[in-house]
Amino acid sequence: MIEIKDIEKSFGSNTVLKGISGKFEAGVTNLIIGGSGSGKTTLLKCMIGLHTPEKGSVQYDGREFTEMDFEQRIEIRKEIGMLFQGSALFDSMTVEENIMFPLNMFTEQTFSEKLERVNFCLERVNLEGKNKLFPAELSGGMKKRVGIARAIAMNPKYLFVDEPNSGLDPKTSIVIDELIKEITEEYNTTTIVVTHDMNSVMGIGDYILFLHEGKKFWEGSNKEIAHTDIQELNDFVFASRFMKAAKKNF
Amino acid sequence: MNFTNFGKYLLLLKAVFRKPEKFKIYLKAIFQQMDFIGVGSLGLIAIISTFIGAVMTLQIAFQLVSDFIPKTIIGSVTRDSSILELSPTITAIVLAGKIGSAISSEIGTMRVSEQIDALEIMGINSPGYLILPKLIAGITMVPLLVIFAMALSITGGYFGGTLSGAVSPAEYIQGITTDFNPYTIVVALVKAFVFGFIITTVPAYEGFYVKGGALEVAQASTRAVVVSCISILACDYIVTQLLL
Repeated sequence: MIEIKDIEKSFGSNTVLKGISGKFEAGVTNLIIGGSGSGKTTLLKCMIGLHTPEKGSVQYDGREFTEMDFEQRIEIRKEIGMLFQGSALFDSMTVEENIMFPLNMFTEQTFSEKLERVNFCLERVNLEGKNKLFPAELSGGMKKRVGIARAIAMNPKYLFVDEPNSGLDPKTSIVIDELIKEITEEYNTTTIVVTHDMNSVMGIGDYILFLHEGKKFWEGSNKEIAHTDIQELNDFVFASRFMKAAKKNF
Repeated sequence: MNFTNFGKYLLLLKAVFRKPEKFKIYLKAIFQQMDFIGVGSLGLIAIISTFIGAVMTLQIAFQLVSDFIPKTIIGSVTRDSSILELSPTITAIVLAGKIGSAISSEIGTMRVSEQIDALEIMGINSPGYLILPKLIAGITMVPLLVIFAMALSITGGYFGGTLSGAVSPAEYIQGITTDFNPYTIVVALVKAFVFGFIITTVPAYEGFYVKGGALEVAQASTRAVVVSCISILACDYIVTQLLL
């Protein structure tokens, strides 16, 4: 479980996060949603230590992350897997080398053991046999799946996913969403997905935290989201005509 | 580089020297970088050094037209200029362009495409993993390239001088072997070591802190070459002042 308390973050005079708190449980898909510029990615980066919040705390199963030194943070980070918005695969490495990279760095496994793990991860994301391809040879959806395979290579306790559906067609988006949900439930990971994709919200949002202008406006599940009377949330969720029309059926 | 940047540069260097996660992985990267910086630059350095040696000999011969000056001086001046100044400095400036821009754009692209963030999230010390192999390769391969450049510059001087008839082979060889002070090699290698440090760390710094996209990566690459060249010339003066 990851718990954040009263997170505040500013860039110069611009306060991006204004006291955000929330609790993200293991084994369920936690979503952070909000419009562009609402502070979703900044919150995610504060949680993983890429940004340092001015105030507040981030706890990984009770371990206070914000007060840890470099070495202690490294130990926590070994338990984290992350899928970046642009996949962030290493260009100079093949798919196999990308997934094997954390295993090379942090385990003493033999090559055949590592290869077995790589093949298992590739199979898990339905990319068997793509070991020798370079990132430049992959489609956007395949890159995301390799990113997921790399993220789960070390059996992470915590999985962070930043905008998994950006740049993907709706069908591939659903495949990625389902994969995230399956992995979360199968390995009981604490998964946090930052998204503004309504298909994801309605499809996999077990716990949703809605941000608006740097503040937490609402939290709940995808079953509850259609029945709130918060104007900002309704404006966000039912912005499209399709969602407005579909609201009647929720 | 203003004081804030210089402070950030020093902090980055501090992070570079943290204990490597796995030395075997770093060792592989060091050999790859040695191949890129050293072997990959041999051809360019060979061509430049040979021609600079040849042209320098011709110009020295042109300026020393006097019956009172023995022609062996042409060889001596070519040797000392090549060893002390031209080989280390020209090699370093050429490498700042070739290697420096490559390092800056490689690391800058990794920054803007979140690959550095990915390294950090995995628990890897990204400055160490990305910069230390380049730094070690730089401080070992640049001195070797400078030795190579010295030899070719003096050889180029021989061919330039003798083929043009400015100096006879015997006079040139006598010139380069008379009153040779081996300390000049030490000074050149100290310079090469310092330049190797600059050529790898300054562009790495510029690339590591890039913000934005392709345009900013290109600007950082240009800035890396400019700052490296100025730093090389400044350090050239300081090392020369200190050691000679």
